[in-house]
Order: sequence, then structure tokens, then C-alpha cells
Amino acid sequence: MSSSNRPLSPHLQVYRPQITTMLSILHRITGIALAVGTLLLIYWLAAAASGPTAFATAQELVGSIFGRLLLFGWTFALFYHLSNGIRHLFWDAGLGFEMQTAERSGWAVVAASVVLTVLSWVLGYMSMGGA
Amino acid sequence: MSLRSPLGKVRGLGSAKDGTGHWWAQRLSALALIPLTLWFCVAVVSLSGADHAAVAAWAGSPVVAGLLILLIAATFYHAYLGVQVVIEDYVHQEGLKIAGLLLVKGASVVLALTGILSVLLLLFERA
Repeated sequence: MSSSNRPLSPHLQVYRPQITTMLSILHRITGIALAVGTLLLIYWLAAAASGPTAFATAQELVGSIFGRLLLFGWTFALFYHLSNGIRHLFWDAGLGFEMQTAERSGWAVVAASVVLTVLSWVLGYMSMGGA
Repeated sequence: MSLRSPLGKVRGLGSAKDGTGHWWAQRLSALALIPLTLWFCVAVVSLSGADHAAVAAWAGSPVVAGLLILLIAATFYHAYLGVQVVIEDYVHQEGLKIAGLLLVKGASVVLALTGILSVLLLLFERA
């Protein structure tokens, strides 16, 4: 049986990038990133349960430039996945499917994730006493 | 020969191989994670730079320990459901797909259990 004449899905490359499609794949990418990021959460909890020495090592690792960079990325991934997840729940309820609404809610999600990420880090540094 | 009608078959076993259970579980765990994640973010931000004693005292409260356990359970359930769909979408070789699903499921259970037991250790150390 020949399959050469079957219709193909259009190749992704021919599409102009749009806010809706870019945010859709970003939801998946941040979801995977967060799943990997749970390793850090569990390491942090296990270190705290193991005692002061193990916890100090964990804090040092998280506090290093590389650790902070990773944590910053995960903060954004978390707030993005959270905000866009709420957008998805509205869609699941049958709301917000009009093109203009979907584009606007998309930009609102981008704005909310950036604001929440920056706010968390500013507040975090403030509670550390500007360290 | 099956006595089930074609409609009954489709309802019970569509191309997804199951019903709407996965969809609902993903949404309900997402809904539970909204308040849990926001609570955890506020807590972690206010714990920035805290030493072991402060973190142990915080996690040693029954309310905090309970919420942490719920957060861990909901997180790994939701993460597994999400990663499962990604694997099913992109891995087409059957053996590799099943191996991937089992690996992610096993890792989720081990990590969730490690997290929950750590929280319980912190709770009982304090009590």
C-alpha cells in the first residue's frame, strides 16, 4: 500500500510565528523544565532532613551563580506554566477562544510571568537583607 | 463476537485507549497546584538565605508539613501526567515509549516518596 499520496500536515517552518503558537509550545517546554526542576526541590528537602551540614552544602549550591541562574529560569518557568495553565483552564471551561481574546490573554500571561518572576527575586533579595 | 454496540466501544475505548480520566486528573491536580504553588513561592521567598534551624522550624509545623506533602503529591502526579503525554506524542517506537513511561513513573514515585519522607523526618524531629 502506497502512502506517498497521503495528505501531510503542513510543515511548521512555513508558518509565521504567532504569539498563540509560541506560547503553546512554551507551555510544554516549561512543563518539562519544571518536571526536571523537581529534582532540586526534593534535593533541598532531603538535605534539610539530613541535617545542618548537608543543608549548608545545598544552600551553597543553590546560592552559587550557576544555582541562582538555574533557579531564576525555574522561577520564570513556574510562573509561566502557572499563568498559562490558568489560561488553559478557562479554555477548558469553553471561555476565551476568540482570536483577539486568545492573543490578549497570551500577552497578559507573558506580562504576569515576567512581573511575578522579578517581584519574587526582588522580595527574596530584600528578605536576605540585600546580600 | 462482542455484544457491545459500536458507540459503547468508542465511549469506553477510543484511540486514546482510555476515557476522560487522564484529562480530569490533569485538570484537578492543576487546580490544586494553583494555591499550593503560590503558597510555596511566598514561603520560599521569605525563607531566602535562611539557615537550617529556620527551615527546620518552618517545616516542623504540622500545617506546613501537611501542605508540603500535598504539594509534593500533586506536583509529581501532575508532572507524570504531563510528561506521559509528551512521551506518547513524540516517542513512536513502542518499546522505547513503554520504557520511557515506566522510567518516568518510577522516578516520580521515588522522588515523591523521598520528598514526603524528608518532610515527615523534619516534622518528627521537631515534635
